[in-house]
Parts: sequence; structure tokens; C-alpha cells
Amino acid sequence: MATLIKDRRIVADNWLLSRRGPDGELPELPSRGEVIVPLGLWQAHRGDFLARSGALGVWLDSHEDPAAIASDLDRINLVAVNFPKFGDGRGYSIARLLRERHCYKGELRAIGEVLRDQLLFMAQCGFDAFALREDQDPDEALAAFDEFSEAYQTSFVQPVPLYRRRLPASRP
Amino acid sequence: MYIYDEIDQQLVNERVVQFRGQTRRFLAGKLSEEEFRALRLRNGLYVQRHAPMLRIAIPYGLLSSTQLRKFAHIARTYDRGYGHFSTRQNLQLNWPALEQVPEILAELATVQMHAIQTSGNCVRNTTTDHFAGVARDEIVDSFVWCEIIRQWSTFHPEFSYLPRKFKIAVNGAAADRAATAVHDIGLHAVRDASGEVGFRVLVGGGLGRTPVIGHVMQEFLPWQHLLTYLDAVLRVYNRYGRRDNIYKARIKILVKDLGPGKFREEVEAEWVHLKDGPATLVSEEIARIEGRFTRPEYAACPATDAVHDAALEADRAFSNWHRRNVHPHKQPGYAAVTLSLKKTGVPPGDVTAEQMDRIAGLADRFSFGELRVSHEQNLILADVRQSDLHSLWREAKALDLATPNVGLLTNIICCPGGDFCSLANAKSIPVAEAIQQRFDDLDYLHDIGELDLNISGCINACGHHHVGHIGILGVDKNGEEWYQIQVGGNQGEIRPGPGASIGRIIGPSFARAEVPDVIERLIDCYLDRRDSDAERFVDVVHRIGIEPFKERVYGNTDQRSSHRRRQLAAV
Repeated sequence: MATLIKDRRIVADNWLLSRRGPDGELPELPSRGEVIVPLGLWQAHRGDFLARSGALGVWLDSHEDPAAIASDLDRINLVAVNFPKFGDGRGYSIARLLRERHCYKGELRAIGEVLRDQLLFMAQCGFDAFALREDQDPDEALAAFDEFSEAYQTSFVQPVPLYRRRLPASRP
Repeated sequence: MYIYDEIDQQLVNERVVQFRGQTRRFLAGKLSEEEFRALRLRNGLYVQRHAPMLRIAIPYGLLSSTQLRKFAHIARTYDRGYGHFSTRQNLQLNWPALEQVPEILAELATVQMHAIQTSGNCVRNTTTDHFAGVARDEIVDSFVWCEIIRQWSTFHPEFSYLPRKFKIAVNGAAADRAATAVHDIGLHAVRDASGEVGFRVLVGGGLGRTPVIGHVMQEFLPWQHLLTYLDAVLRVYNRYGRRDNIYKARIKILVKDLGPGKFREEVEAEWVHLKDGPATLVSEEIARIEGRFTRPEYAACPATDAVHDAALEADRAFSNWHRRNVHPHKQPGYAAVTLSLKKTGVPPGDVTAEQMDRIAGLADRFSFGELRVSHEQNLILADVRQSDLHSLWREAKALDLATPNVGLLTNIICCPGGDFCSLANAKSIPVAEAIQQRFDDLDYLHDIGELDLNISGCINACGHHHVGHIGILGVDKNGEEWYQIQVGGNQGEIRPGPGASIGRIIGPSFARAEVPDVIERLIDCYLDRRDSDAERFVDVVHRIGIEPFKERVYGNTDQRSSHRRRQLAAV
């Protein structure tokens, strides 16, 4: 099983990820709890899911719009965002939108091609859980979060940009 | 020069450590080719035809003599003793060893330099007018705004894996010397009626396979909102830009597909949420950045200098150089000087380590220890006293840096081409050289007047051929090199006349040996048809269209079809 990093610790993962089929078809409705279902399944069976007891997760693919679950975020326990390729950067915007625009407070998990060298950017955008691709060395990956001690921009983890924090000026 | 504070320095140092680790993991087989590729590119490292190529950032083209000496040292120690200044105002080394690149980056960090985001699908080095801060038509000092954008774009967590590369240009003067219309985002400083600074924002311009002039998204964006607006544009692009086809992934294609109006709406809808947020700029921050730039301490001197004027009278070679390579300055008694990297026989933009050291010396003695790289691949000493111009000229001449051709036909913009680049379809440097040899008569060149001639070795257009008054593109036909010629391109409104425009192809392409003849015929046509010598080549093309030029080159219809037959027979 792939390694999960949660809040910068390697933890056991109890969630089952329910993937689409090879041709994109939706999976069966899961019988047990703690399942992360594709957005399409959630949309098709929203009522059933809400009536069910137990924890529920929904995952978005990189082309899907986080606004689709915005009004249900207080009823979803976990949101995952898929990185179909590590170079597909849409997930970073999706994370910021979920956190900053839709005020999502629960676990936000990166899934798919989640590699060591992208973890810091993901964390800055609001991901707090990372299902590493299987070949990744988890201990090596943990070091990625501290590679940079500062960031210039506003982000989810640091909403105040650096320049507002380093005023007043230090002159050269 | 912008002087780093502790945090700026720390981030660059941390980047070196990060890349050292990535290189180590790659060499140990823990990172795949593809995964390492994305990481090395954003540190400027390409794997090229002969060896890796390292592109070092020169943020907005401004560098100090200390930094240039460091380049010279690096070129000697890690490379073959020379470097190449590119049209992105960066410096490229053509022969570094991959294993040594972390060392090179560490050396660069000691002089506040790096190779961050000089390639890869991220926001690249922001470019600007090489006369920023000294131009008489200045509206704002664009360096300050470029530095603000540099910080905003450096390691932007959300926009580091964009669909494709992203280039921003800032122009702070009345004339557009930064080619803002052909960038992903072009920012043109303007002042409103009350004197407040804002930016005209163009989005979706670009060269390459699909050359487009950018669309105006904002006529006047108040400066406070610059970064939130950039965030909004980039977010729309990051989410909706195409990722399925590398040739359709630039923002210009998204703007075209949505239509500029719809694209603007999308950006506005995003911006509503970001505007007036924490990333809104405040005047203290602008002042803080301004305060970290060192400024030349100009001496009070008269606007004219009798000795200088006498030298101009007496020395024709000096006055020829002065006419083309010396530019007006906002400070009385000072001038900006172009050191030409376009000597015939030397690839445009190439400088040896020896020259770099000597140029650093010139910068120290004549221009407050600073210099700039222009996107036309020359070096600029921006703050030279008029009374020093003659001495500077003599020294520059001794270093082969005084070719008096700035703005003229032989000041060719040229990519490295098939001699060096693995993407190229054709060589470009020998074509530049052949043209320079054909047009070696200075009086004739001056008579032809201002003319931008740009050469690219492939459709990626690193040589900006689309915006050359004459543009030459190397194409591959069944494994042979051919050259397509276009006329009427223009990089921007540098003087009153046509604005930015994309050149039009005059017809079937030519073999390399034919190119100088073709250029000569285009020039003859121009000289016959111009109203006066104040009317430039590009002005004439815009006035009379390309047909007369076509006819001069290919002849009438019969002659054209025989040219075609000859060409087909050759293939």
C-alpha cells in the first residue's frame, strides 16, 4: 500500500480509494464507510451518500471544478485531488480554491503522481495529506517540506505575503 | 542594482541545496529522466545537441561588474571560455557538465545570481527596456516593477506547473522598447490624468508557431492591483489552458479559443475574489524595493562638452559610432552606450571570458559598475559621462565591441540555431554572417537606416523573426535547410509609426546561399520606393504592402513559377 503523509507524519491510511474503471466508468456504490469516491459517483448518488452514516470522501480529477462540491463541504470528511501527471498543475489551483474560496477545513489529500519534489508547493496551496506514489521514499519525502524557509507569495499556509511581513525596509 | 536582503539570499542558497540533492538523486537513479527533466529545466539546464546548456538568469537584464566577472570565471572554469547573451536578456553556457551544475549555481549564489525559472513551464525571467531608469521618455522605472514581479513569480506555489512557459515584459517608457505586445503578459506603464501610475495590460501575445499581438485586458490597472490581477490571469490560464498539445498550450491559444472578451470575463470573475486581498501592493513596499536599488551618483555636469563636440567633428569613425551606439540620457551630460556584440564573424550575442572581464572593467570605470543586456543581444553601459565617450569608444574598439551598427541591418538578432540547438531545423549563425559580409559598407548601411533583421533557426522563434522588419526563418524540407523570408514585422512602437506587428511571408523559401541576394533585392526595392530617408524600411512595407517586395524578389508570375520549378528540382 502506498505511503500516506498526513500533517508531516507517516501514518496508516484507512481510506479506500474508489477509482473509475479503465474507460472512465463509475465504480459500484461502496458498501463500507471510509471510501473516497469520484466526483461523478457523488453527484449521481448524493442523496444516498448523505443518508448513510460513516465517513465519506470525494475526489476531484484535475479538470473538475471544486465549485461542484462547494455547498456540501461541511458534509464531506475528506477531499482528494488527483494529479494524473506530476506536471499537471491544475490541482494546485483547485486546492487553493477549496481552502481559500470555499473555506474547506477538512483533510485535503493529494493523490496520483504525488512526488517528493512537488510536496512543498502542494502544502503551500493547502494540501495536508499526501498519498505518495508507490516508488517514493517516505523519509526522503518528509525532508521536502523544509527545503525553503520562506515564500514571497500569499498562499493558504501564509496568507500574508512576505513583503508585508518584512516592512519596514531594511536598507542595503 | 537591486541588492538582496537576507531572505532573498537565503532562498537562492536553499535553491542550490535543493538542486544539489535533485542532481544527486538523479545520478543515483532515484529520479527518472522525465521527473528530473522538469526539475533541471527550472534551474536553466537543458540537454542539448553537444552537451547540456545552462541558462543563467539576468533578472530584467541588469547586472553588476562583479556578476559579469563571475560569469567570466564560470565560463573559464566550467565551460569553454565563452558565453552567449540571449534575447531573453539571459546568459547561456553551451558546454557545462551536468554533474558540475550545482557547483556553478553555488558560485552564482555568492554574487546574488541564479538560474531559477529560466526554463520549464513556469513564469520566466521578466524582461524590460534596456534604457530603464535613464530614458528621457520614462514614465516609471520599470526595474522596480520587474523586481516586484520577480519576487512574486519566484517559486510561486500555485503557478509552478503551468501548461507551458510564461513570459512577462514590462515597459516603463513612452516608447515600447520591451516588445510588450508579443509576450504572454505585456505591462505598459501609464499615468492617468491625476498622475497616478497604472498599467495597460496586454495578454496573449507571442511569437513561435502562432504569432499573435496581445489583447488589451485593462487600459489602466492601478499599480496597487498589479499582483492580484496577475494572480487572476495566471489562475485562469493554469486551470483552463490546454495541456493535451504542447503547441496549443500557451495562453495565447486559450485567449484565442475563448475570445478576448470571454477571457477577460473569466479573469474578472476570478479577480473579484482576489482584488483588495492581502497581495494588494502598498506604497511602502514600492519604496522598500526602490530603496534596495543602488543608484548612480551623477556628477553635476553641463549638457554639452566642448572637447566631446570637437572630437565628434574631428573623428569620423567616432562620430559614426556615436550616431548609432550612443543614446540620450535623462541626466544632463550623460549618455547610454551600446557595446555591440554583433561583429561580423562572431555569432550574435557571443562573448569570451576575456571580453567579459574587460567589459566589467569598462563598466567600473565608465558606468558605475553596472551594465544591462538588451533583448537585441547587446550590452549597455547606461550611465556614461559625455566627456568619457571618446575614451570609452577607443577601448571598446580595441575589444571589438564598437561595431557602429545599433539599429541597422547588421545588428542582427539571431538564435544559436542548428550549430548548437537540438530544436533547430536550420543553422542561423552562418546566415547572419553572410548577410553581415554582404552589407559591410558602413555608409551604405547608414543610408539604409534603421532596420531590424531577425533570424530564427526554427518555428520556436527564439530569434524573434516574426517581429523583424525583415525576418528569416530556417525550415527543414526533406532534411535540407531552407529559409523563409518575411517582411513588415515590428517589435513595438519604438518611434511614431506602425505599432507591433507580425511580418508576412513573401513567398517560397530559399537555399542558404541565396539569402544575401534576396535581402539585397528587398533593400533595393525599399530604397527605390521610400519617400525620404526618414521613412524606414518597415514604414514603406506598411505603406505600400508586400507585393512590390515580392515582385522584386521573385519577379513576375513567369519568373515565380520558374523559381518554384528550380526549387522543386533541387529538393
